[in-house]
Amino acid sequence: MTTGATPPKYKIKIDDDECMLCERCIDNCSYGVFRREGQKIVADSRKCTACHRCIAMCPRDAITLIEKPNDYRSHPLWTRDAREAIYKQANSGQIILSGMGNARDYPIIFDRIVLDACQVTNPSIDPLREPMELRTYIGKKPRQITLEKTKSGDCDLKTKLSPNLKLETPVMIGHMSYGAISLNAQLSMAKAVSEMGTFMGTGEGGLHKKLYPYQDHMIVQVASGRFGVDINYLERGAAIEIKIGQGAKPGIGGHLPGEKVEEEVSKTRMVPLHSDAISPAPHHDIYSIEDLAQLVRSLKEATEWKKPVFVKIAAVHNVAAIAAGIARSSADVVVVDGFRGGTGAAPRVFRDHVGIPIEAAIAAVDDKLRQQGIRNEVSLVASGGIRDSADLTKAIALGADAVYIGTAALIAMGCRVCGSCYRGLCPWGIATQKPELVSRINPDEASKNVANLIKGWTLELAELMGAAGINSLESLRGNRDRLRGYMLDEEMLKVLDIKPIGA
Amino acid sequence: MCGIISVIDRLGNSMDGEAIKKALSLMDERGSGEGAGYAVYGAYPDYADYYALHVFYDNLLEPKAAVEELLEKWGKIEHSEEIPTYSSGRMVKKHIPWRYFFKPDTSLFANRESKEEDAIISLIIKINTEINGALVYSSGKNIGVFKASGWPEEVADFYRIQDYEGYLWLAHNRYPTNTSGWWGGAHPFNLLDWSVIHNGEITSYGTNRRYLESFGYKCTMLTDTEVVAYLADLLGRRHELPPEMMVKALAPPFWDEIDEMPEKDRNLYTAMRMAYGPAMMNGPFAIVVARPDYIAGFTDRIKLRPMVAAEAGDRLYISSEEAAIRVMEPNLENIWMPDAGEPVIGRLRR
Ligand code: SF4
Ligand code: SF4
Repeated sequence: MTTGATPPKYKIKIDDDECMLCERCIDNCSYGVFRREGQKIVADSRKCTACHRCIAMCPRDAITLIEKPNDYRSHPLWTRDAREAIYKQANSGQIILSGMGNARDYPIIFDRIVLDACQVTNPSIDPLREPMELRTYIGKKPRQITLEKTKSGDCDLKTKLSPNLKLETPVMIGHMSYGAISLNAQLSMAKAVSEMGTFMGTGEGGLHKKLYPYQDHMIVQVASGRFGVDINYLERGAAIEIKIGQGAKPGIGGHLPGEKVEEEVSKTRMVPLHSDAISPAPHHDIYSIEDLAQLVRSLKEATEWKKPVFVKIAAVHNVAAIAAGIARSSADVVVVDGFRGGTGAAPRVFRDHVGIPIEAAIAAVDDKLRQQGIRNEVSLVASGGIRDSADLTKAIALGADAVYIGTAALIAMGCRVCGSCYRGLCPWGIATQKPELVSRINPDEASKNVANLIKGWTLELAELMGAAGINSLESLRGNRDRLRGYMLDEEMLKVLDIKPIGA
Repeated sequence: MCGIISVIDRLGNSMDGEAIKKALSLMDERGSGEGAGYAVYGAYPDYADYYALHVFYDNLLEPKAAVEELLEKWGKIEHSEEIPTYSSGRMVKKHIPWRYFFKPDTSLFANRESKEEDAIISLIIKINTEINGALVYSSGKNIGVFKASGWPEEVADFYRIQDYEGYLWLAHNRYPTNTSGWWGGAHPFNLLDWSVIHNGEITSYGTNRRYLESFGYKCTMLTDTEVVAYLADLLGRRHELPPEMMVKALAPPFWDEIDEMPEKDRNLYTAMRMAYGPAMMNGPFAIVVARPDYIAGFTDRIKLRPMVAAEAGDRLYISSEEAAIRVMEPNLENIWMPDAGEPVIGRLRR
């Protein structure tokens, strides 16, 4: 190894005066950072991923973790990351893997959009006293309703409705598969969405038996690997999602390493024990929009046209035209996943450099569907980097019917975004299949955390809507008049179709 | 603020504009002298088969020639004249109001379900978006809208509203808060058979506008009232919803109420909200929508603006204030405050 070792990223310090030698840090660290040497706890900072498990569990607050300052010669172009990537590849000749979403310092468009509030001429609505409606239906909508007057004078509904998902709040949890994350993590989220009247995705990992009680709140995924897909699986889901791409790695497939495919995972995914589960980038039967339409229809046919079918794509430059094609393929819902989306494992170069932000993608897709006069017939779900209720509200005002959250739900269960999910050692019991780590999540407790998060966002969304004088979600959707751009350039304002502040 | 008043004679008997002028003027403090207007149905019996296009011209040169060239190209102008006005005091002619009695040549408009109306709408959109200095603000058959910046009595005298006759009247006194007071921004807002008066602010404007755009409407008037007229046209004419259901699409029952309904209604109202969610209007409002055979008044779903209805004989009145109705008819038989979102509909029985 001619390049030698790179300096550690984090520095752990233990305050020996405070430490009571309980060894909890040793037990909790799945990366093996800590060991006891006599009357001292010693840390090997090089192994640390900044997952914060030790700090959270230390009863004496004796542990300090700092991000180590760059000790290379400073250089504006050859940053630490650039240099370390080269050292890594010079040694390995491999693709560099990383986890948990784009880590580049791109400007965050959400943070340059502000919301509106009423003053004087138009009263704000107080959600504590007035009804505030956050219910939304996801699925195909009729272009118009046909009514027939009966003899008694009332109206009979002639239009037959397509199946829709009824959401009591526009926050769903996106697809994170069993295998990529633990069963306890999935169970916690499933309990939470059932309680909150919303939905979550299974990811491409099949549906474990323990999730059956929550199946009415689960969207089952059909991805290119077709793992876990059979008629029983399809019939159990409340809806079906075909995954074409994901925001964190547009244009490439997935790979669950054999080590993670332990017995239960192998059964649920229907793949041999310890074999690599590879979902290729393309579906073997989809090479055109017509092929996609066929798959949409076959899935509907298989489930007797009782379930909405979602199609998820990554936000890329031509996303609007692609989404319009999908909308015409009989799909009921288009999911667009932006380049801030997280994932357990992605080649770093994809995670950081491919795709476009969800804000621009949603605006463009919503526009295109409207130009084609079909926006109202198909639902639009935004995902990829939704961090709080403000992002949620802005995404809806830009045109989304609902959002998927991913990383935010994991953070609610303890994830500290250390970005090491691909190693399968998640000390929080989330991105791991190791029983001793998985058991760190108690689904009853963690589900409360996730439900609380959704509840809190929902309350804030209601407050934001009330401040804008709006009492139903339908009137927020696509209401770009309630948004203004702050320090966004003219071109971006045009894409988002919003006015600048002060206008 | 803003004051609205409307009346329909359900037998179709004519009323002149004197009473409604007085009633609207009573509500002067609901305005700011920046806009008032009147709509009268039954105004042009001699040209009842023609679309009465009222146009504001900034001058009588380029825009007028351009509009007439366009109209001649797509149909026939039966008669045209300047709308008589009487300037006095503060009321000076800012735009020149002109009226055309026009019939489109439908053979020129291919592949439309409802050719005449769609032809007129596309002509109006063309004029309003492409011809500088011309604005079509009234386009119904046998219907006339008269509006300007000014107080109710000034605007009435400017057009001599008292001399017009009709069986259905709408009137509006404006307190602009969103856009500056300009002639085109005054109410009533009209499109074909539809006229709208509106007190309030529509916070769902952005959603409604984008929804309408996907059906080919272009919102050019910078006022939220315009979307109400287009929504009425879309739902009432193109989608053929009866007026009660149109109102229920624009100001639907709450989900909690829908959940409590018997199954048949629950399905109906769920379907309505699913299909027409983007058409529903939010924010504070009291609105009267008129077409030749009915008026429909309704408020927002939590009644943030006042609305009162009253009857006397064959006449139904809807207004912001009881006192204004009493100016028109002191002997009312029936007077009530409709619930939030509850439609009040007066139909022509003729
Ligand atoms: S957890 Fe804290 S107190 Fe316990 S051994 Fe580690 S550093 Fe010491
Ligand atoms: S899930 Fe676990 S491994 Fe992945 S980023 Fe979060 S804490 Fe780290």
